[in-house]
Amino acid sequence: MRMSEGGGGRQGLGPTGAASDLVRGIVERHRSLEGPLLSVLHTVQDELACIPPECVPIIARGLNLSRAEVHGVISFYPLFRTAPPGRKVIYVCRAESCQAMGGIELEAHAKKRLGIDYGGTTADGELSLEPIYCLGNCACSPSVMVDGRLHSRVDARAFDQLIGR
Amino acid sequence: MSTRVFVPADSTARSLGADAVAEAVAAADPAIDLRRTGSRGLYWLEPLVEIETAAGRLGFGPLDAERASRLFAAGAPAADHPDCLGLVEELPALQVQQRLTMARVGLIEPLSLKQFEDHGGFEGLRRARALTPAEIVAEVTNSGLRGRGGAAFPTGVKWRTVLDAEGAQKYVVCNADEGDSGTFADRMIMESDPYLLIEGMCIAALAVGASRGYIYCRAEYPQAIANLSEAIRLVEAAGHLDGFRLEVREGAGAYICGEETSLLESLEGKRGMVRYRPPLPAIAGLFGKPTVMNNVISLATAPIILARGAEHHRRFGVGRSLGTLTVQLSGNVRRGGLFEVPFGMTLRQVLEGLGGGTASGRPIKAVQAGGPLGAYIPPKHFDTPLDYESFQAIGAMIGHGGLVVFDNKADLGALARYALEFCAEESCGKCTPCRIGAVRGVEVVDRIRNGEQAAENRILLKDLCHTMIDGSLCGLGGMAPLPVLSVMEHFAEEL
Ligand SMILES: Cc1cc2nc3c(=O)[nH]c(=O)nc-3n(C[C@H](O)[C@H](O)[C@H](O)COP(=O)(O)O)c2cc1C
Ligand code: FES
Repeated sequence: MRMSEGGGGRQGLGPTGAASDLVRGIVERHRSLEGPLLSVLHTVQDELACIPPECVPIIARGLNLSRAEVHGVISFYPLFRTAPPGRKVIYVCRAESCQAMGGIELEAHAKKRLGIDYGGTTADGELSLEPIYCLGNCACSPSVMVDGRLHSRVDARAFDQLIGR
Repeated sequence: MSTRVFVPADSTARSLGADAVAEAVAAADPAIDLRRTGSRGLYWLEPLVEIETAAGRLGFGPLDAERASRLFAAGAPAADHPDCLGLVEELPALQVQQRLTMARVGLIEPLSLKQFEDHGGFEGLRRARALTPAEIVAEVTNSGLRGRGGAAFPTGVKWRTVLDAEGAQKYVVCNADEGDSGTFADRMIMESDPYLLIEGMCIAALAVGASRGYIYCRAEYPQAIANLSEAIRLVEAAGHLDGFRLEVREGAGAYICGEETSLLESLEGKRGMVRYRPPLPAIAGLFGKPTVMNNVISLATAPIILARGAEHHRRFGVGRSLGTLTVQLSGNVRRGGLFEVPFGMTLRQVLEGLGGGTASGRPIKAVQAGGPLGAYIPPKHFDTPLDYESFQAIGAMIGHGGLVVFDNKADLGALARYALEFCAEESCGKCTPCRIGAVRGVEVVDRIRNGEQAAENRILLKDLCHTMIDGSLCGLGGMAPLPVLSVMEHFAEEL
C-alpha cells in the first residue's frame, strides 16, 4: 500500500473475475515501462489494499516472469502486503531521532493501547500498526504517519487523540 | 493591493498544523493573497507565517489556527506587533547560513515555474546547453563537489566515467531513497523546489549523454512523490526537458535500496539485492547501461555550479570539503531543522550555536552523525570541524549530513543493539557477514548487557564487528558495526 492510504475497508481480490480483469488491466497499462514490476505491484496494492496471492500468476504471465520471481519481489519489500490491513494503518517511526525523543515509550504505548503488536490489526478491523524506519520528520520527533499524513512530537496523549480512542 | 501571506505546505510544517493555520488566515481576511510555499527548514518556528512588506517578509511563528485567527482579525499584522519575529531573512538562524542549494526552498511556491525562473531557475541549465559535455563535466569537477549521499565521491569524476563509457543508451538516476534517520534535506528539495532537482538531472544528462532519467524516491515521502511527479508533468508541458525522459519511481520500504546497486536492481523491478562490483554502475548500471547515480543534493547543487561557475562553489568550505553542507539537526535538540552552512563549522558551533542544545535542557551525551551506520560521537570530539577528512580522523562520517542529538538519559548500549537489529532487519541477505553477522551481533550484545561472560563477549563482539567491516559486500554490513564500536570505545560503561 502506498503510505498515503490505509485499507479503507477494501477486501483484496475476492472471488470475482472482475478483480482479475483489473489486475490484467494494470499489467497492460504498465507493460511499456522499463522494469515495470514495482509499479505494477504498487498500483495493484492501491486498488486492492494488498497484493493477493491469486494475483501473482496473472502478473507473472503478463510480464513474462516466473511466479517465484514475482513472489520474491513482493516478499522482499516491507511495504507490500498479501492480505488487506485495517481501515487505517498507523506507521510508528522506530528510528534513532525518534528514539531520542521518546519513540520507544510511544511504541510501547501504541502496542498496549491497541492491544496488538507490529503487523497486527485490531479485532474490529479498524487499525493496523506497522513500524517504519524514518519518515523524514526527524526535526519534530517522534513521528507517526496515518493516511499519508505526518504527525509530529507524538506522545501518548497525542497518539490517543490521533486514533480517536 | 491585497497583502500577500505565505504559509508553508511542507509535510513537516503541515504535521505541525500549517493547513489549519492557512485556513484560519484565509477565513480571518478573505482579501489576503495566500500562498503555500515550502519550508525554510527552521522547524522549531513552524508553522511560520510570512507577510510580504516593502522591507521584506515579516515572520510570525510558531502559530496555531487560533493564534493565526487572532493575529489576522484586524487585517495583516505589522512589524510592531509583539509576536513579530522581524524580517525572516534577518533571523539569526538564516543569517548564519549560506544557501546555495537550498536558496529557493521555503521562498517560492514549489510548483510555480514562473517563481522558479524569477529566482534564478534554469540559469544553470541554460549555461550547460551552451557548453560541450566535457566542459560541463570540467566545471563540476573543478567545483570540488563531492557526492552528498554519503560516500563523498567526486561528482565530476563519476560523470567523466559515464561520459567516456560507450553506449547508445545511458541513464541518469537520482537516489532519493533518503533512508538515514535524521535526514530530510532530499525531502525538502523534492517537496519545496522540485524543479531544481529536475534542472540538475537535465544538466547531468547533458554532461554524460543520457536520454532517460529516473528518480527513485522512497515511499515514505508521498508528498515529495506527488510534487515531483506534477513538476515533471508541468516542466515537460512547458517544453523544458528537450527530449529528456524523466520518471519518478517509488520504493517500497527497503533501506538497502538506497545503496546504489540495490537501487538499480529495484528500479529494474527486482528484489533489491546488492550487486558485486566491478562493473561500476557508471560502466554497466541500469539495465547494464552506463549510468550516473547521484544523491538529490548532489544533483540539486549542479545548477548553481553551472550558473555561477566552479570558482564560486570553491569559495565555500575547507580543504577537500568544498561548498556547503546541508546540516540536518534532529533528535533531542532545541532548534531542529535544516541549516546549509559551508563545510568547516565545528560540531559544537552547530549543536550549541544553531541547535541551542538539547530540547530537554539536559546535557548532550552523544551525537550520531551520518545515519544509522554512523558513529556515536562523544562531547570530547565536539570541536571537530564538519568536513569529510576531520570526521574520518575521529572514526566518524558526515554521510548525508544528519546529526541526531541524544541527551544524558539515552541508553547507548540499547542504541548499539538497535544498529545491529536494524542491519539484520534490512540486510538484503546476499553476503554472509552482514546477513548472519548482524543477527549474531544482537545476541552477543544481549549477552553483554545481561552480564553473561561480559569480558569474553566484548572481545567476540569486536571481532564480529571487524569481520562484518572487512567481509561485507556493501556499506550496510560494512558500516553497521561503526555505531557499535563507537559506543564500546567512548561509552564503555554502557556496552
Ligand atoms: C546501505 C546504504 C544505504 C544508502 N542509502 C543512500 C540513500 O538513501 N541516499 C543516497 O543518496 N545514497 C545512499 N547510499 C549511498 C549510495 O550507495 C551512493 O553512494 C550514492 O547514491 C551516490 O551518490 P552521490 O555520489 O551523489 O552521493 C547508501 C549506501 C549504503 C551502503
Ligand atoms: S527518525 Fe523518526 S522521522 Fe526520522
